[in-house]
Formats: sequence, C-alpha cells, structure tokens
Amino acid sequence: MKVMKRRYLAVSIDSYETFNSHEFMNALWGAVSKLFGEYGASQAGLSLIDYDETNKLVVIRTWHKTLEMVRTALASITQILNKPVALHVLAVSGTIKALHRKLEKTI
Amino acid sequence: MKRVYADLHLCADCDRMEQLSRVLTKASKLGYTLVAVPFRRFSEEQIRQVRKTCEKADVDFASRVDLRPRTPEELIGFLRKLRRRFEIVSVMCESKGVARQAAKDRRVDLLNFPQPDFRRGFFDGAEAELASNCLASLEIDVKPLLTLEGPARIRLLSSLRREVTTAREFHVPIVISSGVSDEMLMRKPRESAALASLFDLYGACALEAVSKNPATIVKRNREKLGPKFVAPGIRIIRRGKDC
Repeated sequence: MKVMKRRYLAVSIDSYETFNSHEFMNALWGAVSKLFGEYGASQAGLSLIDYDETNKLVVIRTWHKTLEMVRTALASITQILNKPVALHVLAVSGTIKALHRKLEKTI
Repeated sequence: MKRVYADLHLCADCDRMEQLSRVLTKASKLGYTLVAVPFRRFSEEQIRQVRKTCEKADVDFASRVDLRPRTPEELIGFLRKLRRRFEIVSVMCESKGVARQAAKDRRVDLLNFPQPDFRRGFFDGAEAELASNCLASLEIDVKPLLTLEGPARIRLLSSLRREVTTAREFHVPIVISSGVSDEMLMRKPRESAALASLFDLYGACALEAVSKNPATIVKRNREKLGPKFVAPGIRIIRRGKDC
C-alpha cells in the first residue's frame, strides 16, 4: 500500500484585522474550492492544526501531493470577510517538530 | 547557489517616496533581491532617489520604462529615445502592429499584453516566433489573477494558458511579475510561482520565471549599458597605447 505523506504548513496572516480560526478556514476552503472545485478540495485533506490569533500564525496540514494546490489557494486569498489580507507560507515540513524548528530559524 | 528572486514590475508611484519605500521594504521582506520600478519619464534625479531607497531596503534596483505606443513607428521612436536610459524596456502591446514590431525589435526586453482584455491577445505563434528570434520575453502580471473573480478570471486563465503553451513551444522566456502597487497584493516568489500553476506553468519552469529569466535580462542589459560593451561577445578589457 502506498503511504500518503503529510505536509505541515506554517502560514502567517498579514492583515491589520484579526480573524478567528473558523473565518480563516472558511476562506481557505472557499479559495481551494473556487480554484480547484469540490473534487479538488476533497483531495486536499486540509485540516487546522494550530491557530495563534495573537501572533497571526497558523499551522495547517495537507497531503504532499496537494501541497502546491494549497499553496496556490493560500496565495489567491486577498480578503477575509471583505477585509484585505495576504497569507504567506513561512515554512513547510513533514513533521510538526521539524516545522517548529524551521520556524525558529526563519523568524 | 542561492536563487535570486526578482520582481520586474513593482508599480509603485515614484513620486510618492513614502509609499515606494514601504513597497520596497515589503519586497525585501518577502524574499526579493532584485526589483524594477517603472518610470513615467526619464529623470536622473528620481532614478537616483529610488536607487537610494532600494539600497536602504536592501534590494537591487533596475530602472524600467513601460512603453504604450499606438503605432509601430511611435514604438521605434520611443526605443530610439529611451533604450539607453533604462535597464529594462517593456512594451504594452495594445495593437497587433505594435506587438509584431516589439517582438522583432532586439531593443525590447518584455512583451506585456493587456490581460483583462481577452480580445487583444496578440501572443500567437507568429508573435512567439518573432520573439524567440530576438531577445524579448513574455511578461505575465500576477495582479489580475488576484483581483479578478468568477468568469473574468476563468477567461483570463484560459488566455494565459494558451499564451504560456505558445511561449514554451517557441522557447520564449516567461517572466512572472507582480504588477501591483498595493502591499497587500504582494506575494512571495514561491507563491507567485504557485499561482503560475493555474496556467500550466509548473515547478522549475515557474521558479525560473521569477528568478533566472528576469535576472538574465537585467544582467544582459547592465552589461550592454556598461562602458566596456562594444557588441555581443566583444568588450573592452584594457585601454592604452600598448593595446
């Protein structure tokens, strides 16, 4: 059986406003299904791992195969609840531990 | 070797230094090491000021001019006047005649097609063949991909996909630029490359479009505009009586 590899993404929310995790995930699901359709979105295996509202830092999980798809969807988001926003991927890793190690280096 | 990421179309207003400084700082933060800002007119003083601001923001600066000629003759006139004053010359191809002239003129670096207007997609096989024989690259701005929605974006993607397929068929280099003036619309180089996957430009090709291809144009032009350049492949090494 083929093992499906996971990828964890650390995403920073660049905005003057603050959003809760629900609003963020709604925007992400919306962008993925807008660009790739419901079929594509169903393959992404997206889930929220961690949401730090004060530091505007999010950790999400996807499959290795759909990483570029999620990256594209994140880049295409320009608004959340009609408020301007830009989402930037800070680091990508196969494990949460390595992701935090990478984050420490970048920040 | 570390990749040099470039954004050759940062549309910040050069008359508003504060906004320009913010945009350049953001570009540096996002990982760009080379940026080009278009100027409306040639002013050595303004170019010097922008260069200074870029140095402060820790990014390499290239001067650029966007030409919008109405006729091929007007384009030739503009090129004669401005080619040696700017490091990058881009032509906004708003008519077929201008597009053809721009593609066959070796003084043109970038061909930019008005994207939201799909009926004016002049980048076809003939245009690509002319461009591939010269030095012109196809420039694609990311901005309309972010600002358009629904059917307009669908039509844009289909038109870009066609243009990219043609460019690759004829080996015309593709350059992906932001084309934005708003900081919120600025994206990291890898994110711009990811957006390029929407019009079938994947992986290494997409990354080259934000790094190698634009950097090559700037390097080539800097060499040409330098005092040692004579002709392609010929440059002055030493001056003196014994030469």
